[in-house]
Amino acid sequence: MRDSKLLKIALLIGLVIGIQALTTVTGTQYYLTQLTMSAYYALLVIGLAVVMGYAGQISLGHAGFFAIGGYLSAALTTHNLVALQANPVIHGLGNLGMLVSGQDIYGEPLLVVAPWAACIIAVCMAAIIALAIGIPVLKLKGHYLAMATLGFSIIIYRIGLATEYFGEADGISEVPGFTLLPAIGSFGPISVSGDFGLRVENYYVAWGLLIIGLWLLLNLIDSRVGRALRAIHGSEEAAEAVGINTAGFKLKVFVLSAVYAAFAGVFLTHYNGGIGPSEASVMKSVRYVALVAVGGMANVWGTLVMGVGLSFLSLRGVFGTYDDAVFGAILIVVMLFAPNGILSMNVKALFAGRRTTDEHR
Amino acid sequence: MLELRSVHKNFGGLQAVHDVSFSVAPGSIKAVIGPNGAGKTTLFNLISGNLNVSSGSILFQGREIQGLKPHTIAALGMARTFQNINLFHGMTALESVMVGRHVRSRAGFLAGMLRTPATRKEEREIREKSMELLRLLEIEEFADVEATSLAFGQQRAVEMARALATEPKLLLLDEPAAGLNIYETAEVGRLITRIRDMGITVLLVEHDMSLVMDISDEIVVLSFGCKIAEDVPAAIQQNPEVIKIYLGEDEEVMV
Repeated sequence: MRDSKLLKIALLIGLVIGIQALTTVTGTQYYLTQLTMSAYYALLVIGLAVVMGYAGQISLGHAGFFAIGGYLSAALTTHNLVALQANPVIHGLGNLGMLVSGQDIYGEPLLVVAPWAACIIAVCMAAIIALAIGIPVLKLKGHYLAMATLGFSIIIYRIGLATEYFGEADGISEVPGFTLLPAIGSFGPISVSGDFGLRVENYYVAWGLLIIGLWLLLNLIDSRVGRALRAIHGSEEAAEAVGINTAGFKLKVFVLSAVYAAFAGVFLTHYNGGIGPSEASVMKSVRYVALVAVGGMANVWGTLVMGVGLSFLSLRGVFGTYDDAVFGAILIVVMLFAPNGILSMNVKALFAGRRTTDEHR
Repeated sequence: MLELRSVHKNFGGLQAVHDVSFSVAPGSIKAVIGPNGAGKTTLFNLISGNLNVSSGSILFQGREIQGLKPHTIAALGMARTFQNINLFHGMTALESVMVGRHVRSRAGFLAGMLRTPATRKEEREIREKSMELLRLLEIEEFADVEATSLAFGQQRAVEMARALATEPKLLLLDEPAAGLNIYETAEVGRLITRIRDMGITVLLVEHDMSLVMDISDEIVVLSFGCKIAEDVPAAIQQNPEVIKIYLGEDEEVMV
């Protein structure tokens, strides 16, 4: 089981390198931009897959966590703090090396939070908010999480639209690149940014992050924690009876998925150089749920394939103005005909008039 | 080991359990019997923490456990099986038992995600221990079969292995012989005696009188939520109150 996991990951790495090579040979490197963005969206949906498939909870708030990551990181790294320099908090951040100074395009002094510090702050904020939502809600049985996260998602969307700090309807643009590794000799620096010259490098950063995220999740599923999560999904009463803190595990996995979403938000925002309120919209959350459903719920690999594939098609504009409608329709079709995901769909049974059922999960 | 002090449980106006007190001595097998609706399963759910008492207290190893969550009580060393078998869908027999090792292992989110050497070692131990229990219950050949697709008696065995995997000090068995034929019932009886001999105290609810009389050290009889007798099996068989509730009045047949 473990060998096949490593083999699959090795194949994926090979595929990632192969596709990059192919685009270079064929001169279609513009595909890499959408593949990079798709990888970040896929990072979010594999995290959500564990919440939905293993902890059995639906979150309609993952666009919100994505937006918290993206917006906070964008705002912190773009808003000038020069006027607040005397503020002890800002001064303290400066002493910790968490601020960078420079000049804006008009030559005025500029002082902003360093991207790495902004990333940590943004991800921690998403985790704290996930805790605050999850602690009261996950003690209850049933789909209260879907309700609570739906409300949360709408609030985040509205805050983005209505707050000057977050750019209102325009969002935040001119977000600087995020230097992951400084230059070492002739190698590097490695930086997350939409700069054309860094397209190949950013493709590998995104897929590297996705593969690390995938590997961590697959390990988790195979572990004691993964077994506990599957047990909770199977029978909460029996899970409690063997000493599994069901509410605690559901909370932790929800927070973990929020962290995945926030990381995706931070990285994609620095890559795109900006973020707008549409990233926080409820339709985005529904889209993520649809991607997990079509991938097969408790199937991280299936979710990864579907997450990358459909996000790529959507970003290429294949669905045109029907973009959101396509994901809504996918959700309906999956629920009706392939509750275990498209990839595990029993085509023969479908044509014989029978449906695959939950029993095969 | 376990002590109930004047336990009451009301559901609205219904008194499901009324002023029940008894204790279970370490290393013994104690049975709770009574007609349907006597409050036996309710009593079990109170002990395991699935329900809260209306009044009274429940002490486990001298500690008040009333009000604690079921998972906390399980971690203290109390395991249970369910009247209607309660296995995890989609898990093999082995995995189901491995889940039972939860409280005896430690790996958390970070250790699990990073697959540290200590975690891998722990996983091996969990697997070995679980296989041992499958062997003890003579179902090791079904280790890789989905537990819910097994025959009824084997499902009961998986459930019992899962409970034993938590290394309990007290094992609660809710009708362990329900749905079993007489041979399987006798088998379960031998198994429970063996579990007791391993040093695990057993408290069971059971309808099968021959099983209860065979293996129990002491029996508590409930009727309409009240305790009406508590004694050794031989004395319970002679108890006129018990004979009355089981067979009606003026019958001279022994239970």
